Amino acid sequence: MIKTIAQAALAVNEKLKIRKNSIRNGSGKTRLSIVTGIHGDELEGQYLAYLIGSRIQENIEFLDGTVDIYPALNPLGIDSITRGIPLFDLDMNRVFPGSKEGTMPETIAAAIIDDLHGSDICIDVHSSNIFLKEIPQTRINVSTAETLIPYAKMLNVDFIWVHESATVLESTLAHTLNSMGTKTLVVEMGVGMRITKEYCFQLLDGVFNLMKNIGMWSGQTVSVREPIVSLNRSVGFVNSDAAGIFVPCAEFGDHVKKGQLIGQVLDPLTGKAAADIKAVCDGMIFTLREYPVVYGGSLLARILQADENGGEKFEK
Amino acid sequence: MTKEIIYTLKSPYRENLDVTAFRFGKGEKAAAVVGALRGNEIQQMYVCSQLIRELKKLEEKGQISPDKEITVIPCVNYYSMNIGKRFWTMDNTDINRMFPGYDMGETTQRIADGVFSDLQGYEYGIQLASFYQPGNFLAHVKMMETGFTDKELMKLFGMEYGIVRNPRPYDTTTLNYNWQIWETKAFSVYASATDSIDVKSAETALEAILRFLYNTGIITKKVRSGYQTEIIPEANIAQIHSDAAGIFVSTAEIGGIVNENDIIGKITDPFDGETISLIRTNFSGIVYFEYNSPLINENTVCFKIIRE
Repeated sequence: MIKTIAQAALAVNEKLKIRKNSIRNGSGKTRLSIVTGIHGDELEGQYLAYLIGSRIQENIEFLDGTVDIYPALNPLGIDSITRGIPLFDLDMNRVFPGSKEGTMPETIAAAIIDDLHGSDICIDVHSSNIFLKEIPQTRINVSTAETLIPYAKMLNVDFIWVHESATVLESTLAHTLNSMGTKTLVVEMGVGMRITKEYCFQLLDGVFNLMKNIGMWSGQTVSVREPIVSLNRSVGFVNSDAAGIFVPCAEFGDHVKKGQLIGQVLDPLTGKAAADIKAVCDGMIFTLREYPVVYGGSLLARILQADENGGEKFEK
Repeated sequence: MTKEIIYTLKSPYRENLDVTAFRFGKGEKAAAVVGALRGNEIQQMYVCSQLIRELKKLEEKGQISPDKEITVIPCVNYYSMNIGKRFWTMDNTDINRMFPGYDMGETTQRIADGVFSDLQGYEYGIQLASFYQPGNFLAHVKMMETGFTDKELMKLFGMEYGIVRNPRPYDTTTLNYNWQIWETKAFSVYASATDSIDVKSAETALEAILRFLYNTGIITKKVRSGYQTEIIPEANIAQIHSDAAGIFVSTAEIGGIVNENDIIGKITDPFDGETISLIRTNFSGIVYFEYNSPLINENTVCFKIIRE
């Protein structure tokens, strides 16, 4: 059933509506929420939302509970290839929990939180941005790691990044819901403005595996991969010190040695290399720059430092 | 006066971004003033340019106190200004959400670090700030409540109002907040406009900054007295929201007095012109902010009133 969970009148003859598809079957009370499209330039979740809705509806007899799919929390952004909320120049993932008495983005945010609160699990699907490509991963704040890692492992991701808390992230959807007791997992995969079918199918298997594990899906599922968990391992950031065009010579999942060449920043005007880009530590590349134009400071790659035993690789 | 490039960023295709500081006087780091951190903060850059002009004259006349140094950075993000963008040219990040910065981090973190490194150690820090919402507002000075804020210092500007803001999570990455954490007494001065120049309020802001510099003994040229600043917690400012969408017309005046239930604006239907909402104030007080875009959505803050 399609429901409008929040709406506000726009200036000229139009309403902004946030909608969800609430799919329900059986007598089970378990509720899973799939949320995506907070950032209008992240589209991987659009295909995933379609795949989940489609598979459930074709096999509805296996569902026992409720799956709520929210494909577009920022519909104006998705419609206009805008990362933030158009008009407000505002990152929607910095306005939660919102406020019922606040501005339009805040009242919308508050209505979204109201609707999602009470889900047994919420999965917030992101796809990096237009600059970086990410291997399918779940990101978890260290303060919620103990509770969330078991669920994150069910999602068929390659990697679970447990990161330190940052004050500014307190205004995210995930932080707000987790602090209210609604277990929320943030998934990052692929790249902005594109759909990576293989990643969407990978996560699709993970979502159904999670549904089976929490007792709301009795249909067939596939076994999922064991993700690498970043606990007690640091992440190396490779930033450019030069300006130009970044052309990588390494790929996702490559296990690199500190000092190994992973790409170059090139100057198209002079025909010379402005900088050789080298790995900052031993480990695996799980983020790689997709958009070639770079300034000093542009992030080029993230490397998960190898564990003491070394050797493990992402499945490609 | 000396002019110094405090941070340079190389671009793939444009001339370098050279963030430039203007220094006046010599000695202890007395005051630093920062203008446009965003590409649309034209008024903020303009106020700084007028300040630099005044300080040049004062220095020539020996009216900057001995052993006091003043730094003014009129514009940080002129790359975005030159192409009509508000935030950073490439990734649309906001430099004023990147402080204290990080020299090994992403581009805007590096810019923030480059600027902040130069701004440390000053006794007083003044940022010409702008609002997120499109609108006109009453010129005022603001401080962030960080636990060791001396709110009374705002009175030295002699502006009509001094607002005290309780920081929200996203404020912790602003210049103002970090200045205070690094023990600079930091103020934000709001000069009404943002992407246009309002000469009158720019003069008000300029005079307030000069008054502050005089009252703190940093310059010796006397500036005429200002207002007896009223210190107001942000919680005393009421917000009036639109209850409809359409074409917005304000009938209030910035700085004007309104009484409870007064009509201060209206919203008309964009197609047939009928009035669909009369906006009334629930409180008596002073109009501190008015929305100034002709189109308005539902639930938009269209007025802020300093409550009596």
